[in-house]
Amino acid sequence: MTCELTQTRLHAYFDGEMDAIGAAEFERHLEACPDCEMRLAAEEKLRAALSGAQLYERAPESLRKKLQISLPKAAVPPPVSRSRAESWRWLAIAATVVLATFLGWQYLRSLNRFSQQQAMAALIVDAHLRSLQPGHLEDVISTDQHTVKPWFDGKIDFAPPVRDFANDGFPLMGGRLDVIDGRTAAALVYGRRKHIVNVFVAKTQPGDSLNGSGELQGYHWVAWQQNGFTFTAVSDAASADLDQLKQLSLAP
Amino acid sequence: MPHRDAAYNLARWILRGRAQAEDVTQEAFLRAYRSFGGFQSGNARAWLLQIVRNCCFTWLQQNHVAEEMTEFDELTMPPKTENPESLAMASYDRERLQRALEDLPAHFREILVLRELEGCSYKEIAAITTRPIGTVMSALARARQQLRFLLTEPVPKGAGRDL
Repeated sequence: MTCELTQTRLHAYFDGEMDAIGAAEFERHLEACPDCEMRLAAEEKLRAALSGAQLYERAPESLRKKLQISLPKAAVPPPVSRSRAESWRWLAIAATVVLATFLGWQYLRSLNRFSQQQAMAALIVDAHLRSLQPGHLEDVISTDQHTVKPWFDGKIDFAPPVRDFANDGFPLMGGRLDVIDGRTAAALVYGRRKHIVNVFVAKTQPGDSLNGSGELQGYHWVAWQQNGFTFTAVSDAASADLDQLKQLSLAP
Repeated sequence: MPHRDAAYNLARWILRGRAQAEDVTQEAFLRAYRSFGGFQSGNARAWLLQIVRNCCFTWLQQNHVAEEMTEFDELTMPPKTENPESLAMASYDRERLQRALEDLPAHFREILVLRELEGCSYKEIAAITTRPIGTVMSALARARQQLRFLLTEPVPKGAGRDL
């Protein structure tokens, strides 16, 4: 009687922790399984009861005061005595501190660049996943580049290059508008065997953080720039496939 | 002080007491302050909550709250198939929910508070409790089931915990 799926998958679905494909699969299962449907409703009821009861307790004022008093003390280093003869040493220490600060700053900058790139890659993968939800993939469905390209006309303030690579194994399937990191992008949808490839096209801006290629949550992405546009291809297809698409797109 | 509420709320539910929660939260913040070098960039809330929950479980251990230390695998489980009554739960007031939540084993309380009150993702809960995500998922499923089970139990007379 108890459905095998209930124990963890139902909870992963309920908590929004499933990827788009898994969630779609589970929704199909839900339609056929009244047991799971009832359990899901029970989880929703429990959550509503918990959040309705306002069980969250904020830190009381007394704790805030205690922390205000005790924390600065913990952070202050022990006092150091110094003599005049030692003052040259302080100079050396000061120089070391300056150097260390500079190196640390450089390091943080490189870290920051790395995390910006990671954050951007996450946004791209999210947009890709969003597009795979039923009915979200294309706004204009056409394998004809001369239909897809004019569709963008008037919808965005640039004319994205749209090309069909059906002869090379990347048939154009359509296009849509997307917003990534607050910027409007044209999304071109290509097929690659049974995989879907999204190519996001946006005007290149100074400080664009995504370059090269990478992998996130099992999805590959490849980013490149051409003629003032930044292209980002993302898919669960092999990264070699995305590289091939990049070469095709760069070729005149 | 960032995440002060999150830290206090977690301690309050793991320890089931407000005075203890205040003490342990303060201790956790001091520890976090001293060991800030151990913070490897990333999620500051998860890092702090991990220290808080460790301090809480140390406190429970030191104060000989023995039954609290039961691991997930040893926890007694409610009947495997839930009956329709427990699934069709009625609405409950705060007091009833609070008591049921506090009657759960500590590891279940912890995970439910992180998920339902703090809104942590599975990944964050796994980082905070230093458990694999798979364990977090199954524990969460069992914690919810047991909470529902406790909510359908008849209320014993004179029950209720003084804070």
